[in-house]
Amino acid sequence: MPESNSGVAVPFAPPTWDSATPVVICEHLSVRYGKSWALNDVTASFLPGAVGLLGPNGAGKSTLLKSLLGFVIPDKGSMTVLGMEVATSPLEIRARIGYMPESDSHIPGMNAVSFVGYCGQLSGLPATDAMQRAHEVLYYVGLGEARYRNIETYSTGMKQRIKLAQAIVHDPDLLFLDEPTNGMDPKGRDEMLELIHDLAHNKNVNLILSSHLLPDVEYTCDHVVVMDKGAIATAGPIKALKGTTGRVYELRVKGDETRFLETLRSAGFDVKNTDEDIMRVFVPGVDDEGAKVLFDLAARERVQVRHLRPSVPTLEDVFARAVGEV
Amino acid sequence: MPIHDQGYRRYGGTRAAVGRAWQVMARAGVMSIVSKRQFLALMLFAWAPFVVRAVQIYVASNFQQASFLAPKGETFREFLDQQGAFVFFVTIYVGAGLIANDRRANALQLYLSKPMTRAEYIAGKLAILFLFLVTVTFLPAMTLLLTQAIFAGSFTFVRNNLYLLPAITLFSLAQVLVASTTMLALSSMSKSSRFVAVMYAGLFFFTTALFNAIRGITGKSSFAWLSPGAALEQLGDVIFRLEPRYQLSPALAGLTVLVLIAGSLFILDRRVRGVEIVT
Repeated sequence: MPESNSGVAVPFAPPTWDSATPVVICEHLSVRYGKSWALNDVTASFLPGAVGLLGPNGAGKSTLLKSLLGFVIPDKGSMTVLGMEVATSPLEIRARIGYMPESDSHIPGMNAVSFVGYCGQLSGLPATDAMQRAHEVLYYVGLGEARYRNIETYSTGMKQRIKLAQAIVHDPDLLFLDEPTNGMDPKGRDEMLELIHDLAHNKNVNLILSSHLLPDVEYTCDHVVVMDKGAIATAGPIKALKGTTGRVYELRVKGDETRFLETLRSAGFDVKNTDEDIMRVFVPGVDDEGAKVLFDLAARERVQVRHLRPSVPTLEDVFARAVGEV
Repeated sequence: MPIHDQGYRRYGGTRAAVGRAWQVMARAGVMSIVSKRQFLALMLFAWAPFVVRAVQIYVASNFQQASFLAPKGETFREFLDQQGAFVFFVTIYVGAGLIANDRRANALQLYLSKPMTRAEYIAGKLAILFLFLVTVTFLPAMTLLLTQAIFAGSFTFVRNNLYLLPAITLFSLAQVLVASTTMLALSSMSKSSRFVAVMYAGLFFFTTALFNAIRGITGKSSFAWLSPGAALEQLGDVIFRLEPRYQLSPALAGLTVLVLIAGSLFILDRRVRGVEIVT
């Protein structure tokens, strides 16, 4: 424990985490706003590294983060962050996490360096250390040249960066990033994603990235937790969820389409109609043999293959499958 | 693609224990206010009555002909009454934006994502206003008492009026607590500091006007509890052992002040949240 409750400042040693020990565990978590359940019996664990919290707007991602921060008191369930119970040790947890909120937020009347330094002090850093780190992280997030400007004059992209800076100034063990690329232009967005990727993969900062943008999660994270309607739709390593053994094919045939569909399904393939005459067929097994299998089946059923295009499963497929859109 | 990696590194220094963030907040808030020239001018004006009273005490102590100017116990009560105007202006200048500006900039979620409780946040904000209000009430009043002893060259007056020490402390505390908690509660209810200032002034003037109107109609001043200002005046008279100016029991005056402070703290507890939930 880096902090003591005795009121004495103590040296801080960054803890190391076993890669198999989750940094966040939620058990049967339920949160109700009025009559509607924002989170409904959510049980999930977030492994160290970069974990994406994916879901459409209103899925409960922000509510989950706010519950973990202690802003929202759950109606049911328990949460553990970095091995500590949220219900009993919220301050100790907040001393070791960084939070980048979704909405525009800053402390009024301050320039960037004062603001970030102030946030560092609020997180327990001594004034001189906080100021030194404020300069460092402002350079890191790309605001070095603008660090003496009042934050209220910043563009949307710069405000996103300053929010990241205040979240990392005290060197947290776990970062909560809520829609970090909101409102950013493509170049700024790429740079923000690069920073997040760097933090997670080179600086060993564990992070949970909440987003409804699949490419953001796919680029920065190793694991994903997909939420829908306040519940966990699916979770796991992105690679595994995308499916490395097997391939999705876009297929259009001429002939007895209904019988061919039945044949495909009876062969154990997952078939979905995506358009009027295009079907998406998931062929498990060795990637290269899928096309040959489809051709053989088409020949056997005497249907003509008019279009066959392999497509690599994306996180979008995983997401769509998880929330039942396909 | 460039990675702006010009220095991010893991931190290996010390960290303060949790529970001290309110001190950081208070320090930053005080520094931010004292850096404003307008505020320094206001503080200068706020200390002008002290200078006048100090001159009065000096003249009374050193010139026999001016002994009628010598201070009495009620001089300090009058002094604190006069400071009431500055309490009003300092409260508005310092307090109106304390929480309203944070709400406008969505800063509450930033503060509360740090190792800080809601009570600490409120304590930090309260400390800023409290400090400046003490500077225009308790501090000049106590300094005036000390000045009297210095100019008179003896502690006889202080010894003969020993009740002044707790009286000044208690009445200043009541003045400061009522003003600061009320203002903070109002500040937590809006995102506009100007609107908060108008609300505070409105509350102050409206309740006073209402009380005076009822007093004019009924001829009784027992409704002084309607006005926090009047209730404080009544309480002040009792604390300074003077004849109460209104037909209001001191207990009721005290209760009015307590209810106002408790109500303000209740509002603050409801309004200071890391997340605003609209159901």
